[in-house]
Amino acid sequence: MVNDDLKAEAKNLNFYYGAIQALKNINLSIERRKVTALIGPSGCGKTTFLRCFNRMHDLYPHNRYEGEIVLFPEKINIVSPVIDPIEIRMQISMVFQKPNPFPKSIYENVAYGLRVRGINKKNILDDAVEKSLRSAALWDEVKNRLGSPSFDLSGGQQQRLCIARALATDPRILLFDEPTSALDPTATSKIEELIMQLKNEVTIIIVTHNMQQAARVSDYTAFMYLGEIIEFDKTDRIFTAPSNKLTEEYITGRFG
Amino acid sequence: MSTVFEKELKDLKETVLKLGSMVEKAINDAIKSLVERNSILATETIDRDPAVNAIDVEIDETCIRLIALRQPRAGDLRLITTAMKITTDLERIGDLAVDIAERVLELNEEPQLKPYIDIPKMAEIAQGMVRDALDAFVKRDSALAREVLMRDDAVDNLNWNVFNELLSYMINDPSNISRATRITYISKYLERIADHATNIAEMVVYLVEGKIIRHVTPEQSTLNHGRISP
Repeated sequence: MVNDDLKAEAKNLNFYYGAIQALKNINLSIERRKVTALIGPSGCGKTTFLRCFNRMHDLYPHNRYEGEIVLFPEKINIVSPVIDPIEIRMQISMVFQKPNPFPKSIYENVAYGLRVRGINKKNILDDAVEKSLRSAALWDEVKNRLGSPSFDLSGGQQQRLCIARALATDPRILLFDEPTSALDPTATSKIEELIMQLKNEVTIIIVTHNMQQAARVSDYTAFMYLGEIIEFDKTDRIFTAPSNKLTEEYITGRFG
Repeated sequence: MSTVFEKELKDLKETVLKLGSMVEKAINDAIKSLVERNSILATETIDRDPAVNAIDVEIDETCIRLIALRQPRAGDLRLITTAMKITTDLERIGDLAVDIAERVLELNEEPQLKPYIDIPKMAEIAQGMVRDALDAFVKRDSALAREVLMRDDAVDNLNWNVFNELLSYMINDPSNISRATRITYISKYLERIADHATNIAEMVVYLVEGKIIRHVTPEQSTLNHGRISP
């Protein structure tokens, strides 16, 4: 992949939960404005890897990164101890499996990230909130009740609110950790449609245990097993003719 | 992986093989009926074709059902899609065997024009290609499939010989035309059977290697483009 197309690159990345090595020598290129899916059986390290991108592991003691995740075009190492994790999380946002809106109004959920940055002017916040809610395909459903509590929304709407919140800070990369596992098929479908639109504006990495979802929404797929990348390729190759036997077995449901 | 799905895939392979052996028998009997001038055998061959067509339809319906209900991926997906394509070629081979038998019935109304030498040779090669292509399908042997592809030239050359020889028969004596053209047709049908066998072999290569090698030269088809062969 030429540098212009790269958004991030993991280079010889290793990760330890205390004494346990959870990621082994990960090398992976994340292409700009594409969706890269991480798939694999439980415990393979896909969520661990995802959480390196926004330094979530820093929240707990005894976690240790080795190697690099280089962010382009600046070429800084996301997991370097000299880089402030809070700064990283402003630029690399995450959406979680269980929708987790703040116990605030719909408006304040989206505005929060901007307020934390010191942006308080109403007209600026109003515009940003509307833009994010539109990008998250939620605006029409909530525009007349922005002051309502976020918990009044359905599960699918709450998840789209979380996406709007993540988008409000104009992130470089958007991370999704099993974003539709807790949602019904219709809500799932809406989120997937949304992901496919959002990739035109932002680079996306998604962890999913639902293979068909990876097949539906992603451009590239990485298959992980026991902390390693077993295979990485364009999604259509992974699902029609994977090169590695283990990938083939996982994809066809013969294990995992 | 559902055991039901595993069994369905196994049954699918067996049905394709069943179709293959029906069609091989049809070629065999059609040529036998030519060489022995046996109109009864020719008629039996023609009468068995509806059974061939019925299995073609059965396989198609099974494959579509499996795609809809099982969402097959990777090797399973390639197995199901190649089974559909191979079946189409087998059904066409069955039709060509019927065409041969129909010409035989017509030829049997006149004395034999000449000894049949090249036609049985072509039939033997073509039958062998069908049999080995299906063998390659069952054993997932892409080397065997590629070897089958190499045999097509021999059939093409024999067809050309037959055509030229019969052309001279026709030029020498117009009363030969009726029989000579029918024999030329039979030669052409055998040449088409060999072509369908190469299609089957190409599909087996796709099944095993994940590479589509239709419409490329043999040299191009072996380029790996960085892919790891299983």
